[in-house]
Amino acid sequence: MKLAFTTSGDNLDALLDSRFGRAPKILIYDLNTNTFHVIDNQQNRNAVQGAGIQTAEMIVRMGVNYIVTGHCGPKAFQVLSAAGVKVFNTGASTVAEALEQFRAGHLATSSSADVEGHWT
Amino acid sequence: MILAIASGKGGTGKTTVALNLAKAVESSVQLMDCDVEEPNCHLFLKALRLADEPVFLPIPRVNESLCNACGLCSRLCQYHAIACLQEKALVFPELCHGCGGCSLVCPRQAIQEIDKRMGVIETFQAGNIMLVHGRLDVGVAMASPLIREVKKRLQKNMFAILDAPPGTSCPVSATLRDSDYVALVAEPTPFGLHDLILTVNMLRELNLPFGVIVNRIGMGDNRVHEFCREKGISLLMDIPDDRRIAEAYSRGSIVIDVLPEYRNLFLQLLDKIQERLSETRGESHANL
Repeated sequence: MKLAFTTSGDNLDALLDSRFGRAPKILIYDLNTNTFHVIDNQQNRNAVQGAGIQTAEMIVRMGVNYIVTGHCGPKAFQVLSAAGVKVFNTGASTVAEALEQFRAGHLATSSSADVEGHWT
Repeated sequence: MILAIASGKGGTGKTTVALNLAKAVESSVQLMDCDVEEPNCHLFLKALRLADEPVFLPIPRVNESLCNACGLCSRLCQYHAIACLQEKALVFPELCHGCGGCSLVCPRQAIQEIDKRMGVIETFQAGNIMLVHGRLDVGVAMASPLIREVKKRLQKNMFAILDAPPGTSCPVSATLRDSDYVALVAEPTPFGLHDLILTVNMLRELNLPFGVIVNRIGMGDNRVHEFCREKGISLLMDIPDDRRIAEAYSRGSIVIDVLPEYRNLFLQLLDKIQERLSETRGESHANL
C-alpha cells in the first residue's frame, strides 16, 4: 500500500504542505517496505489552472492508495475519488507527524473536498 | 484601424477614453466592450439594441464505451480540463477553452463536442457608434473565448475602438491581440506606475505598438511621465484631474457632451495615435 504526502522538503522531517495541487513536492511512502521517495511537483505547481487535477492524475498514475494533505479542493477530490484514492486531511506540521497520525488511526477518510474551488 | 484601450490598474479611465473618443470622431465607429465580466459602455449611450445572440463553447463529452483511457486528450489539454484515470476520462467543463484539440487527437473518436452556453453578445447603435459587447453568464469563468467571439463581429475597413478589461491576464491579451495600436491609461501615482510597468512588459511580449495616456493629472506626481520619457514611450494625452469629469461619469454622461471643451483633446489624441502608427509602419518598412 502506498501513502502520499504533500510536502515542501525531501524527507520525513520535512514540513507537510497544506496545499494539495500546488505543493512543491509529493512524498510517496510504501507501507509494506517502509521506504519512501519524493517526486517534484514543480510543473503542476506552476499550472495556470487545473493544478489539483494534474497533481491528482499524477498521484493516481503512481499507484497511490491514500493521500494525506492539508486541504483538497473539489476537482482534485473528484479525480482522486474516481480512482479510488482515499483522502485524509490533517493539520500536522511534518510528514513524520502525519504518518504517525495515520498509523495510529487518528485520521478519518474525508468524504468530500474540504475547501472550495478557485473557480466557483 | 483597431485601437485598443487598456490599463493594468482598474478604474484608470479606459471606458471614459474609449467612449469619448468614439463620440468625438463623429463618423461611423465600432466600439467593442471586451470587458465581458462587467460590460459598462452601454450605460453611457442612449443606445438602440439591434441584436442579442447567445454564444456557445464546444465542450468535450466522452463516450465511455469507446474510450480506452489512453490519455492523449489529457496530455494535450493545456488547461487541464480532462483528467485521464486508469479506466476513464473525467471532463471539467468549467476549465475548457473550447479549442477542440481533444476530439481531434482522440484515436477512437470517443470525444464528441457539445455546446455549452457561455454568455450573450449584444449589438447596439447610438448615433455614430455601433457598440458590441459580450456578457458572460453568471458562473462562467472563461472570459477569453467570449472576447474572441466579440472580436469576430469586427467589421473590416471601419475604425474600431476596443475597451479592454483591466489587468495583464489572458482576457487582456485576448483583447489586444491583432490590434493596430494600444493606448494605455495610467494614473500618475505609485500604484498607477507599478501596474503600468506590468502592462508595458506584456505589450513588449505581444509586440504591439503602444503609447500612454495619463489621467487625473494633478492628483499625484510626475513619475509616470518620467518613466515614459526614460523608456522612450510615447505620451499621447494628459487628462486633468477635473472634478466635473468625475461628476459627468457618475451620472452616466459622456464627458464631451457635458464639457464640449474636452472634445478637441480627444481629437488630438486620435491624430497623435495616427501619427505614431504611420511612424511605426514607416519604421517596419524601413527595416524590410
